Amino acid sequence: MSTSPAPNPASWRSRAFPARWNKRMAWLGLLLYVIYATSIIDVTWERFVRGIANGGTFLARMFPPETAPERMALVYSGLLESIQIAILSTFFGVLLSLPIALLAARNLMPPMVSWAARGVIAICRSFHYVIVSILFVKAVGFGALAGILALIVATIGFVAKLFAEAVEEMSMKPVEALRATGAPFFSIIFLAVLPQVAARFIGFTTYQLDSNLRNSTMVGIVGGGGIGATLFTAYRRFDYDLVLTILIATIILIMIAEALATRLRRIFQ
Amino acid sequence: MNTAQQARWVRFTPTERIARSMVYIVVVVAVIWSLKTVEVIPEFLYDAPEQTADLLSRMWPFDWGYYPTVVHAAMIETIHIATLGTLLSLVAALPLAFMAARNFTPFPVLNWVAQFIFVTSRSVNSLVWALLFVAIFGPGALAGILAIAFRSIGFVGRLFGEALEEAQKGPIEALNAIGAPGSMVLAKGYWPQAEPAFWSIALLRWDINIRESAVLGLVGAGGIGLALNASLDNLYWDEVGLILAVILLVVMATEIISSKIRARII
Repeated sequence: MSTSPAPNPASWRSRAFPARWNKRMAWLGLLLYVIYATSIIDVTWERFVRGIANGGTFLARMFPPETAPERMALVYSGLLESIQIAILSTFFGVLLSLPIALLAARNLMPPMVSWAARGVIAICRSFHYVIVSILFVKAVGFGALAGILALIVATIGFVAKLFAEAVEEMSMKPVEALRATGAPFFSIIFLAVLPQVAARFIGFTTYQLDSNLRNSTMVGIVGGGGIGATLFTAYRRFDYDLVLTILIATIILIMIAEALATRLRRIFQ
Repeated sequence: MNTAQQARWVRFTPTERIARSMVYIVVVVAVIWSLKTVEVIPEFLYDAPEQTADLLSRMWPFDWGYYPTVVHAAMIETIHIATLGTLLSLVAALPLAFMAARNFTPFPVLNWVAQFIFVTSRSVNSLVWALLFVAIFGPGALAGILAIAFRSIGFVGRLFGEALEEAQKGPIEALNAIGAPGSMVLAKGYWPQAEPAFWSIALLRWDINIRESAVLGLVGAGGIGLALNASLDNLYWDEVGLILAVILLVVMATEIISSKIRARII
C-alpha cells in the first residue's frame, strides 16, 4: 500500500464507469448478426419504399369501414362464435388443467408421475394454437369444435404449468398435518392444497380467458370457427372495408374482456 | 355485532359474497349458453377417431427428403424473422417505454400516448398484423418481421415501462445533483437499474416470437409457415409431420437457449 501512487482523478473516473469489452463485443456481434440476417433474407430497401406507397392505397380502401346491416350480422355471429369458443375452451381447459397440474406437482407426486404430466404440459405448450387447430380441423372437421379443442390444449399448456408451479411453492405444513391425521388423499387435496393456491388459480384462469378470447378470433383462419374465418374470407376477397370493421369490432371486444378480467380478479383478491 | 354475545367471524363482507356468487352464476350461465348454442356438426364427430388414425398413419413415416430441400432453409428464415422482428421491436419500444414511465416523463399526455400505442399493438394479433403487412409489402419475410415487431412493441414497451417506474430514485437524484445532463441520467441512472429487466423481457418475447413466426407463413408472411401451408394444401401429411417435428425441436431448443442466456446475464 505504501508504494501506491498518489490518487489521480483519471483512474477514478475509469473505475467509476469502466469500459466493459465483453459487453461491447456482444453489441458488435448483435450488429453483425442484423447485417448478416437482413442480407440473406428477402428484405430490400426499395421493396420497403414501394410498400409504403402501397400502404396508402391499402388504407384508403379500408376507409370507411363497412356498416351494411347484412355484413354487420355476419360480424356479429362470428364474434358470438368466438366468445363461445373462448368460454368453452377456458372452462374445459381449466377443468382438465386441475388434475394434470396436481399430477405434475413434484411435492405431491412420485417423480415418475410428475415427469409424465410435465411431458404432457410441455407438448401442449410447444405448439402454436393455430397449428393445433389445423390438426383438429382434420380430426373433427371444420367449425367451432376444432377451435375449442385447440384452445383447450393451449389452456392446459399455460394454466397447468403455472398451477403446478404454484402448488410446488405452497407450504407443505398443512399437507403434513393432514397426512399425520391419516386423512385420505382427496381430503388432503381439498383441505390443504386447494385453499392455498385457489387465489392464484383464479388469476391464471381469468388471464387465460382473456388470451383464449384473443386467440379464438384467430383459429378461424385455418377453419377452426369464429370471427377469424370471416376475417380471412373478407381479406382474400379484398373486402378491406369489411376487414377494418372486423378489426375494430375485435379490438373493442378484447378491450372489454380485458377490463372485465381485471374486475373479476379484484373480486377474488 | 356489538350486541351479540359471541362475535361471529365472517371472512367476506356481504357485498363480496354477493359479487362472488354472481360470478359463479354468470360462469354457469355462460357455459350452458355456449354449450347449447355453439355450432357443432355431429356428423363430423362420428368419424373423428378414424380421421385421427388416418391423419397419424399418413404423417408417419415423415418425408425426410423434404428436409434438406425446403424445410431447413424455411426454418432458418423463421428464426431470422423472429429474431429481427424482436430486435426491431426493442429499438421501437425502448423510447416509448421511457415515454410511458411516469417518473421519467412527467407529462401525462405523453404517458397516455405511449400507453395507447402499447394497447393498440397488443390488441391486434400477430397474424392480423401479418395480414396487413402482406397486403402492403407483398408476401415474404419483410411482412413477417414487421408483424412480429408491431405485435411485440406493446408487450416489451409495457413491461419495460413498468420496470423503469420501479427504478430507485437515489442514483437519479445523485446524478441530477451533480448537474449531469439528461442523457447521462438516462444512461447511468435509469438504464443500469432497468437493464436486467430489459434483457429478460427481450428474451421472453424472443421465445414467444419463435413460436408465433412459425405460423405467420400461413397468411403469406414467410418462413416455415409457407412450407407448412403448401404441404397442407397438397394434403402431403408426411411433409406436414416433418415440419411439425422440426418446429417442436426448434421451439424446445429456443426455450433451453433462452433460459441458459437468462441465467448468465441476469
